[in-house]
Amino acid sequence: MIVAILSGFIVASMIPILSKLIKGKGSILLPFLPLALFAYFISFLPQISNGIPIDRFYSWVPSFGIDLSFRLDGLSMLFALLITGIGTLVFFYTFSYLKGHPYLDRFYGYLSMFMASMLGLVLSDNIITLFIFWELTSISSFFLIGFNNDDPNSRKSALLALSITGLGGLFLLAGVLLLGATGGTYSIQELLSQSEALKSSSNYNWIIFLLFIAAFTKSAQFPFHFWLPGAMKAPTPVSTYLHSATMVKAGIYLLARFTPVLGGTVEWNTTLIVVGAVTMTYAAIHALFRLDMKGILAYSTISALGILVFLIGLGTEQALLAAGVFILVHALYKATLFLVTGIVDHETGTRDVSVLSGLRKVMMPVAIAAFLAALSNAGAPPFFGFIGKDLIYEATLHLGDWAYVLTGAAIVTNVCLLFAGLLAGYKPFVGALPAQFEKVHLPHPTMWVPPLILAGLGLIFGLFPSLIEKSIIQPVFSSLVNNDTLIHIKLWHGFNIVLGLSLLTLTLGAMLYWKLKPSESLLSKTLRFEVISPKSLAEKFRAFFIVLAQFWTGFFQNGYLRNYVITILGFLTLLLGYRLYQGVNLYIDFASLTDLTIYEVIVVIIMAVSIIFTVFSKSRLVAVASLGVIGYAICLIFLFYSAPDLAMTQFSIDTLTVILFVLVIYNLPKYKTFSSIGVRIRDGVLSIFFGTLIAILTLEVLSEPLNRETSIFYAESAYLLAKGKNVVNVILVDFRGFDTIVEITVLVIAAIGVFSLLKLRLKSIEKE
Amino acid sequence: MKTIIFKTASTYLLPLLVLFSIFILLRGHYLPGGGFVGGLIASIAFVIHSFANGIDQTKSIIKFHPGFLMPIGLAIALLSGAAPLLIGESFMTGLWFEEPVSVIGMVGSALFFDTGVYLVVIGVTLTIIFTISETL
Repeated sequence: MIVAILSGFIVASMIPILSKLIKGKGSILLPFLPLALFAYFISFLPQISNGIPIDRFYSWVPSFGIDLSFRLDGLSMLFALLITGIGTLVFFYTFSYLKGHPYLDRFYGYLSMFMASMLGLVLSDNIITLFIFWELTSISSFFLIGFNNDDPNSRKSALLALSITGLGGLFLLAGVLLLGATGGTYSIQELLSQSEALKSSSNYNWIIFLLFIAAFTKSAQFPFHFWLPGAMKAPTPVSTYLHSATMVKAGIYLLARFTPVLGGTVEWNTTLIVVGAVTMTYAAIHALFRLDMKGILAYSTISALGILVFLIGLGTEQALLAAGVFILVHALYKATLFLVTGIVDHETGTRDVSVLSGLRKVMMPVAIAAFLAALSNAGAPPFFGFIGKDLIYEATLHLGDWAYVLTGAAIVTNVCLLFAGLLAGYKPFVGALPAQFEKVHLPHPTMWVPPLILAGLGLIFGLFPSLIEKSIIQPVFSSLVNNDTLIHIKLWHGFNIVLGLSLLTLTLGAMLYWKLKPSESLLSKTLRFEVISPKSLAEKFRAFFIVLAQFWTGFFQNGYLRNYVITILGFLTLLLGYRLYQGVNLYIDFASLTDLTIYEVIVVIIMAVSIIFTVFSKSRLVAVASLGVIGYAICLIFLFYSAPDLAMTQFSIDTLTVILFVLVIYNLPKYKTFSSIGVRIRDGVLSIFFGTLIAILTLEVLSEPLNRETSIFYAESAYLLAKGKNVVNVILVDFRGFDTIVEITVLVIAAIGVFSLLKLRLKSIEKE
Repeated sequence: MKTIIFKTASTYLLPLLVLFSIFILLRGHYLPGGGFVGGLIASIAFVIHSFANGIDQTKSIIKFHPGFLMPIGLAIALLSGAAPLLIGESFMTGLWFEEPVSVIGMVGSALFFDTGVYLVVIGVTLTIIFTISETL
């Protein structure tokens, strides 16, 4: 199974090598990757239908409880089939849609990477692994959304999507860590058995808050929904894939996956119902006023996601069943509508529904697919959408006190969605064909067959629900409610209130379609409300952040070395000052000190004189030379106190430093004083303060009891373990050899840095 | 600083200091010294020579760009660390020949490691100093 999941990454990493082949005829081979995966997952279907999940375990970082453990159960199966199935069609579709595009190879690479991340996400049993795949989907979708990277809008949308979903990712990380710490395990299966303990723990509210933010950002719930319409800047195959079956459903998957673990409490249900209901109605009403087909579909997708969150929030068995069915219903018709939109855009060059009409005359198969999808979306019998809608009403009607309000919200949403579906799937194809579109022709079959397959499935599943009832829906339901209740889905329930509501929805939707004609003026009216929408608030925040960052950087990082030094010293002085203010523990035992020798006195005098020279000299060379003298004096002190290794090294380093200084100084202009007397006094005061504090600190260290455990260990073991008598050297090359390797690597990097900075600059000057 | 005394002295100092640096490198495991200090001393030897005779002279003595010493040194250090893997020990386990080699003394993987450090230090120091003095 790990090969199946990682195959997308493997293919993606091979793309740069095979670039030539893919840009030519070779790209037709790529869709067979998702197709093979689809077949692979289908082969597990009999076992899953019998209620036996499949587990695969690969050890990764066992010391942290992080493993590549995968579990294929009903819910994962549904998602895996959607990801690979719709993936196959999207891969085929792309073959024609982006034919001859200069970056086709990259596109397939990103797409494979994204597919693999999605698969990993829905199959992970370990929540840390789940988080990693979650982040991978955010990153790979960033590349997909920003694929048209020469368009600034596209880049902006990609960044917006990444920042919102990335923000959610951080919350998810915090959530899973807290969940893991509370439950004592990172395995979802093991967490499931501790469901009760988790729900009663004091961390419960925090856990669900963090997971909710993660799910809401990913699944574009209000108020984080605004990245999704922007993400429509991506090429249509991407929109199809991300917004019908995969990316945005990841949040739904997360909620569904944790429903048996954390769900069923008042906090869980109420939050999800409120957020879901607000999102579904808000977005559905928004969808009414869009003109761009993709915009309509974007808002109707947000609305559908709202329905799913809402259903998971209801939490009853009926509602969860409805959620499971609606995931499939929505994936089928939404993918079709997106693919159709892509064809229309590709062939006519516009997606404006107020312009498009009569296209059935030039592209009949596409029109059929669109009609079927629009009807399934509308919930007309005998389509699969009808079953989905029935189940939703069934779920809302059995809720006691809130039944009327929630059913009302569901009806409003469904009416608006129906309208949106007709606008995108019906209107462009009916009526008279404008002259400008007469030359439009049917695209390559790889483009129009995929939507037809998906739309056809929407009809077949509606007519024969028994095809998927036992094999797919039952296992999904079992993993959602975590028991073995048998379900039964069917098309015809007889004359009852649910049927009445369905008919009411259909009638209202049809009436709305005849009454409301979308136009520029209506769109501009709704745009007035954009000022207070979450999107513009987020953008204002972004603009503010840029200003703040500029100010901050300009203030602290202005490029003057003196400024950095002052900041560092000033901060350290404050920190040390505060620390010492809290209490100084100075105690010097003069009796324990060795007697002062004449050499030491001489060395200290030399140092003092050199310091005065360094500070007050009018010549740079003198200042540097006196600094060097201080260094040598320190070497002598090392020698007096028996640290010959240190003394040797310090001596060589000091020599080289002075040489370097001289090399640089030689080329500088004559020494001049630019700073005012005030600045120099300030610097002097700061230096004296800092030096004094460090001196006090050093003295304080002396009064601390020495812990000689480490040095004793090294001294004792140096010869026994490493066959060396020079402890310093043995530590460097043996005990801490790994550090040394890294240190010399850093040295090499520094040298390369100096070399390339200076040499490359020289070359560019020479060019001029 | 092209005085005749300094110039003459540097010609003799260079081989002496390089030899001394190798001596420091080899004795490192038992007495004060080691690859790091040794490398620095060797660099100082070359820098003194370049001060007296100009960088071009020094470069013509070294024959190749000192930067090449960096990857060579790194590789030696890494390989000496990786050598124990061949006999199934973990990375950077100290290995030693049974018998001492004449003049040098005991030879083990640590010595090769230190030689790597020695070369890297020479390479880094000379690259930085030569680059700066050539450019500025």
